Amino acid sequence: MCNNCNSDEMINNFVDEEIDLSPLKPVIEKYGQVKGSLINILQATQDIYGYLPLRALNYVADNTPNKKSTIYGVATFYTQFRLKPIGKFLILQCQGTACHVNGSKEVSQAICEELKIKPGDTTTDGLFTIEDVNCLGCCSLAPVMMINGEAYGNLTPSEAVNIIRNLAKEADK
Amino acid sequence: MKVLVGLGSCGIAAGGKKVLESINNSVKENELNIAVEPTGCVGMCFYEPLVDVIDGDKKYTYGHVNAKIAKEIVESHLKNGQPLKEYIIYSNEEPDIYVVNQLKIALENCGQINPENIDEYTSVGGYEALKKVLTSMSQQDVIEQMKISGLRGRGGAGFPTWFKWDAALKSGGSEKYVVCNADEGDPGAFMDRSVCEGDPHKLLEGMIICGYAMGSNHGVIYCRAEYPLAIQRLNIAIEQARENNFLGNNILGSDFNFDITIKMGAGAFVCGEETALIESLEGKRGMPRLKPPFPAQSGYWRKPTNINNVETFANVAWIIYHGPEKFAAIGKGNSKGTKVFALSGKIKKGGLAEIPMGMTLREVIFGIGGGIKGDKKFKAVQLGGPSGGCLPENMLDTPVTYEDLGKTGAIVGSGGMVVMDETTCIVDVTKFFLEFTCEESCGKCTYCRVGTKRMLQILNKITEGNGVMEDLDELENLALSVKDASLCGLGQTAPNPVLTSLKYFRDEYVAHIMDKKCPSKKCTALLTYEINKEKCTGCTLCARKCPVQCIEGTVRKPHEIVQEKCIKCGNCFTTCKFNAVEIN
Repeated sequence: MCNNCNSDEMINNFVDEEIDLSPLKPVIEKYGQVKGSLINILQATQDIYGYLPLRALNYVADNTPNKKSTIYGVATFYTQFRLKPIGKFLILQCQGTACHVNGSKEVSQAICEELKIKPGDTTTDGLFTIEDVNCLGCCSLAPVMMINGEAYGNLTPSEAVNIIRNLAKEADK
Repeated sequence: MKVLVGLGSCGIAAGGKKVLESINNSVKENELNIAVEPTGCVGMCFYEPLVDVIDGDKKYTYGHVNAKIAKEIVESHLKNGQPLKEYIIYSNEEPDIYVVNQLKIALENCGQINPENIDEYTSVGGYEALKKVLTSMSQQDVIEQMKISGLRGRGGAGFPTWFKWDAALKSGGSEKYVVCNADEGDPGAFMDRSVCEGDPHKLLEGMIICGYAMGSNHGVIYCRAEYPLAIQRLNIAIEQARENNFLGNNILGSDFNFDITIKMGAGAFVCGEETALIESLEGKRGMPRLKPPFPAQSGYWRKPTNINNVETFANVAWIIYHGPEKFAAIGKGNSKGTKVFALSGKIKKGGLAEIPMGMTLREVIFGIGGGIKGDKKFKAVQLGGPSGGCLPENMLDTPVTYEDLGKTGAIVGSGGMVVMDETTCIVDVTKFFLEFTCEESCGKCTYCRVGTKRMLQILNKITEGNGVMEDLDELENLALSVKDASLCGLGQTAPNPVLTSLKYFRDEYVAHIMDKKCPSKKCTALLTYEINKEKCTGCTLCARKCPVQCIEGTVRKPHEIVQEKCIKCGNCFTTCKFNAVEIN
């Protein structure tokens, strides 16, 4: 049996926070009745909250023709969608082919050891989230990581750790 | 005089924005009246950030520019007319070999024009092909020209483009769709991103011509969400094309109407498959449909739909403008025209290279790419990403055509070309691709869903030193079954990395299984870490860094690793400042 078949397990995948639903209303007005726009709605929702909160998804289900099961299916199918909030710094570790042969695994290991979390998780202080991505398209700078939209190339494990320590220091100020 | 700064995603990642800022500031300070324009990626990623200075008929290209060098360029070259020779990587008088050996059609304007300015596109012949089509050609004429050109799909499968257009034209009904597949999911390929960022109007022009030929009024671009800059520039281009009546109603005074919208993908490799892409366009999980019916009969919203890849569309306007015979004269056999490859991995000059079909792999890797980084020994080239295969050195003289590469078991694919040297373990790379396809399998077909996982388990077993020779037969059997019993391209091609590596690099598998050794020293479970007593100074750094305290020794005396306790994390190897830790 997969994890998703057990309903308790499934509910644990979500974060049920108190959120303000008002920014979601214009999104539903724009896309709610346009057929085939569930992905657009979820993308807009994630833009607002940084992830897909349970209450927002329920709101989408109640106000569009989409069933809860359909929404859950789409939200878990695509790697872009997150069911949990992210930290202040989102580290995207490129795991493309060029990065792999140039040592992305070692870089990733060093980052995970430094932050003591694994890809997909957020540090307890809410500062860093690590995610693996397939290709950032900067293959000639491999290995690459992207933090909050800025790319860092030609990394070594120790350089990557230094970059993260500097960010942590800055955030501490 | 005019200055161009390369601001594709790769240029920006290398620091291109700071360079542009520095040049702009410096030009202002010196009160120079010189146009400074951003441009797309010229393909020479290994030299980024790049700055071009165009002075009359002379063109100089500066590489590895930073803010400081940028300022010097302004002060010496722009202000005083003295080119800074030490930073110039090539000029049109002394071109770089990387450029000389290429032939640019799809990428002809990338890195040459400002992609956010439609006038620059029209000044180099842009939208002339569309004018020609709308004023003097019938729908059949256009399709006939595509047939003469011999253009085939550049996304991977290599299906004749004219055939798809013709099938869509013959499907009745007034509601039809042109879809552009810009969901470039192959890790290691980025030519579609480069076209969207560097020459978006060329893509639009190709789509509009396709729309005319098949009788469609709606175009949709399905673009990866990971390419925000591409989406932004496409949006600007669409807006400009509407203002200039290249899109909209009664285009250029004809009775043809056409408009284009963009849909963002949400990250799923399987959506590169055309029927999965259609499902995703409709807002659903991207799971492939059974074919037939083909999209040309029943596609987006069950209406006739033609789907082509970005690079395919980027060839269309050139073919109409220069004539299909000229295109067909390039290439070899049934593989006409050019193909863009993304060179990466252990190669000296990584970037985009557009080559005439029929060039050999050796010419591409050593002639254009400059050979292997650090002059190490070439081991393999991986073509076609997770759907392709690894080829060894003795196959380097294979011409790059759909037929010749197809015979080897690899594919042209979308154009990823990842070069590997002697330090790359083929079993590890194969495992890497299977991890990818296993993760990306949508789960619809049992063989793809379970088969890729079982193959991955076997590979894990082998790289951990627990493999037996029977595993290789099992692996091959599974690979062939997954190929046969999967609905879409993902499952049908996922076993290719396994099959080609078993065919050409079987001895590496055998070394892992029989000798329990990884010849490239990559698979950690098969390695031992030892301290060279002569090099060790007894600084104790490794002992302090060891997470399981398995390094023994006293200060200033050579240390030793207790093998039974060692977890092979490699910490001692990376921390030692005297290269005393050796891997065997």
